[in-house]
Amino acid sequence: MVGDRGWRKVGLVALFLFPALIPLVVFRLFPMVASLGVSLTEWNLLRPPVFVGIENYANVLTDPKFHKALTNTLYYMVGYLPLVLIGALTIAVLLNSRLKGSTFFRGIYFLPVVTSWVVVALLWKWLLSPEGGIVNFLLGLVGIDGPGWWTDPNWAMPSIIIASVWKDLGFNMLILLAGLQGIPQHLYEAATIDGASKWQKLRYVTLPLLTPSILFAMILAMIGAFQVFDQVWVMTEGGPAGATTVVMEQVVKNAFRYGLMGEASAMSWVLFAIILLFTVFQLRFQRRWVHYGD
Amino acid sequence: MGTESRAGVWVRTIIIALGGVVFLFPFVWMISTSLTTTGELFKLPPQLIPNPVDTSAYERLFTQVPILRWVLNSVGIALSVTLLQVLSSAMAAYAFTRLNFRGRNAIFVLFLATLMVPFQVMIVPLFIELRYMGLLDSYAGLIIPEMAMPFGVFLLRQAFMGLPRELEEAAFVDGAGHVRVFFTLVLPLSKPAVATVAVFSFMGSWNNFLWPLIVINSPELMTLPLGLSSLSSRFVTDWNLLLGGATISVLPIVAVFLFAQRYVLQGVAMSGLKG
Repeated sequence: MVGDRGWRKVGLVALFLFPALIPLVVFRLFPMVASLGVSLTEWNLLRPPVFVGIENYANVLTDPKFHKALTNTLYYMVGYLPLVLIGALTIAVLLNSRLKGSTFFRGIYFLPVVTSWVVVALLWKWLLSPEGGIVNFLLGLVGIDGPGWWTDPNWAMPSIIIASVWKDLGFNMLILLAGLQGIPQHLYEAATIDGASKWQKLRYVTLPLLTPSILFAMILAMIGAFQVFDQVWVMTEGGPAGATTVVMEQVVKNAFRYGLMGEASAMSWVLFAIILLFTVFQLRFQRRWVHYGD
Repeated sequence: MGTESRAGVWVRTIIIALGGVVFLFPFVWMISTSLTTTGELFKLPPQLIPNPVDTSAYERLFTQVPILRWVLNSVGIALSVTLLQVLSSAMAAYAFTRLNFRGRNAIFVLFLATLMVPFQVMIVPLFIELRYMGLLDSYAGLIIPEMAMPFGVFLLRQAFMGLPRELEEAAFVDGAGHVRVFFTLVLPLSKPAVATVAVFSFMGSWNNFLWPLIVINSPELMTLPLGLSSLSSRFVTDWNLLLGGATISVLPIVAVFLFAQRYVLQGVAMSGLKG
């Protein structure tokens, strides 16, 4: 029986829960589910949607532009992932050892993380500019004739990768630093007693015990890399000559430039499926290299 | 143990410092460029300290471009989003930890589930939804869809679970209700976690680009990132003006970061969840 007190309780739960739950349902869960529906239609928002079944998916999977975008996204990921992870690992290990001013430097390396992508993209576009760019000037000082960077189809993606590594390194460094600080001190003491050198400690204590954090950083970085968008949009808008066109940029262009809502939704689901596939694969593969427990 | 050599400490410090210079230099160069005259921009060798120091790029930003409006838009939207997200997340976290109701765990799993699905899967229907609601090209269109913050709910739920219950029980005995306990006990006692969520929420909103890009058309409703990117196609090689705008948009967030560094770093370390 719902008595007076019962209704008061319902009201109380509603009062506390609804300010988050209602927007969650309306602006996250509903669009998520609706997206599947939209992906099965042809809809330009001017006329009512027409059900077309899986045609959009077939179109996306056979579209050479999508293939190019996916290839470029993978190219971005293959360049970005190792650089950002190895860089972050190096800095994190150094910052975790005895060092002058480690808090200060941690802040410096983290600064690009709080900067918006638009600023990062503009800034690196200028640094790497073939005309007046400081990077090519500095390369010139050591006798290297710098490339055209983002104006050159061969160098445009590397330019985006460089800017992205600079922006994200501090974030990954912090995840790894948290992992490093969780390694129990007594293991190092035991290794010292056993006569282990500094390199041996790094190789046989630090790295194995850090693998869960590395896996975590790697999965997050991978998911982020598949969704690369802001920096591409501002630095090259997919150019020059389609050299940096990526999947999310195609989704946005399809939906909001060409009015292909159905195809854009289908493309975003294909991307999500690929991300999921890669994540599951990594989680499967982790048993080979990730070390759990102490 | 003292076996480690002091030389080793210095070698590592120097390596880290050199890397730090590489990381900091782009910011220095950004400010330097913004204070360079258009004539000096492409001159070689480039000057680290501009000669003459010139503020005309900033003057042009404030006269030819509605940058002040963009700053105010960004501040207003980021503050509104932060307030709404912190309050709604904290209240939901209170419900999940202090109120007993049927389906509590199932509803919490719903919040977690949306954390797993990337935003890109929802943007098209969300855009269409807002179009039907008449919220496109409006402040409301930037604020209202952001009201729920699953990550905040998750983080505050953890924090609230860790609080000792004795004070609350004493308050209930004294006749206080849940609303009073929430506002006068639970919220103040969880200040570090609340601050972490607030800082993340503010940074997320301040730097958001994709959503404003889709929703906003009118120049006077743009946020800073969107406005800046619109400038880059209008003033293609006016690097002093573009980087002046970048400087203006970086300063507030750097200030927030320096002021709240502890909470930012703690938040990443605790969860490592991005965006």
